[in-house]
Amino acid sequence: MNANKRSIVTEVLILEEQQDLTLDQLCRACSTEVEQLMALVDEGVIAPLGGEPTRWRFTGVQLRQARVAVRLQRDLGVNLAGAALALQLMDELDALRARLRAMGVSL
Amino acid sequence: MEFKDYYQLLGLARDASADDIKKAYRRLARKYHPDVSKESEAEARFKEIGEANEVLKDPEKRAAYDRLGANWRAGQDFQPPPDWNAGFEQPGRGPSGRHPGKEDYSDFFETLFRQGFAEAGAAHGDRAGPRGGLHANGEDHHARIQIDLEDAYHGGKRSLSLRMPQMDEQGRVTSREHTIEFTVPKGVRAGQHIRLAGQGGPAIGQGKPGDLYLEVSFRSHPRYRVDQRDVYLDLPVAPWEAALGAQIEVPTPAGSVELTIPAGSGAGRKLRLRGRGIPGATPGDFYFVLQLALPPADSESARAVYAGMQSQFKDFQPRARLQEGPS
Repeated sequence: MNANKRSIVTEVLILEEQQDLTLDQLCRACSTEVEQLMALVDEGVIAPLGGEPTRWRFTGVQLRQARVAVRLQRDLGVNLAGAALALQLMDELDALRARLRAMGVSL
Repeated sequence: MEFKDYYQLLGLARDASADDIKKAYRRLARKYHPDVSKESEAEARFKEIGEANEVLKDPEKRAAYDRLGANWRAGQDFQPPPDWNAGFEQPGRGPSGRHPGKEDYSDFFETLFRQGFAEAGAAHGDRAGPRGGLHANGEDHHARIQIDLEDAYHGGKRSLSLRMPQMDEQGRVTSREHTIEFTVPKGVRAGQHIRLAGQGGPAIGQGKPGDLYLEVSFRSHPRYRVDQRDVYLDLPVAPWEAALGAQIEVPTPAGSVELTIPAGSGAGRKLRLRGRGIPGATPGDFYFVLQLALPPADSESARAVYAGMQSQFKDFQPRARLQEGPS
């Protein structure tokens, strides 16, 4: 019952380095509906390349931002603008933390 | 199984109002949300408070939980009373809000509130896939991982042990150790996420299992500092190497290199090795930051050398810059 299980994972990728993701792929990766992602684009949280939704292409970084925005709305009950603001502040925090680490300050 | 003190988890007294519960949950959810929190146990804490909220916000579940009495302590060995469920309709109502998979809940919760969940779920259709029927994709899981800078340069095998709850044939929830082996992708940077396909929560029916996302950070290195793609090394040099120039052999995570110190270098000078930072489509750069190491003046002859320099450089003003003050 408590036997250990071992898995060897071959499918490993860096989320942020994916390119050219379609709206459909983004929906699946975020487990959400097209409408919610369209709203994120509308709000300017993520800005895809390509003129119309069928031609939209997203990057891995946008995928991550979309996932976080979707989860913050779902889990914390914040609205779209609130999630967008949280994302922006978290980006700034991450950048500052990275700067500190690069200066040798341990966090 | 262990007793869970849901009131304690949310920091509440047993007579807390529905409003208190909502506020406490929201406050802790913001604090421990895995996307927001930097705490190492954030995801586990987030699930715990989610479970506590799931029970306490629902008047029926809360009443059932309260009926267990106030004498139980968190972590105490617990068996449900024999008359549990008597006169208490609890058809495994699917959790609302987060829609976590089975694996997100403790044994305690499963036993008390979710027996027969699968059947009830089918009836309610609340976890049904897009084509109907009882299919659902597994939940994605999140964890943090610390890797060595060298792993980002060369890739490297890593293994990770997680405790994974699972159902046995009798439908009981047990947990067991699950070791996952994978290769760290070359070029990964701190703050990025590695996705291990299929290593998240199990699927229901013909759904797809979830993925496991690992947020990467670098273990702090005694020598190197990392800024995004660029890597820095403080490089001590002797005064004559800095003044006269030198060819020296220096370490980098990609192996040692011959470095030319240009004549007339001073402390703080940065020497760049283009493209020798973290590898990738756009590789980072590697920087040596020069530091002056002075030989000790611990013998007569060494002191004579410093005294010789002193008389040689009479006009040298090491603090010239301090005199150019703003006034």
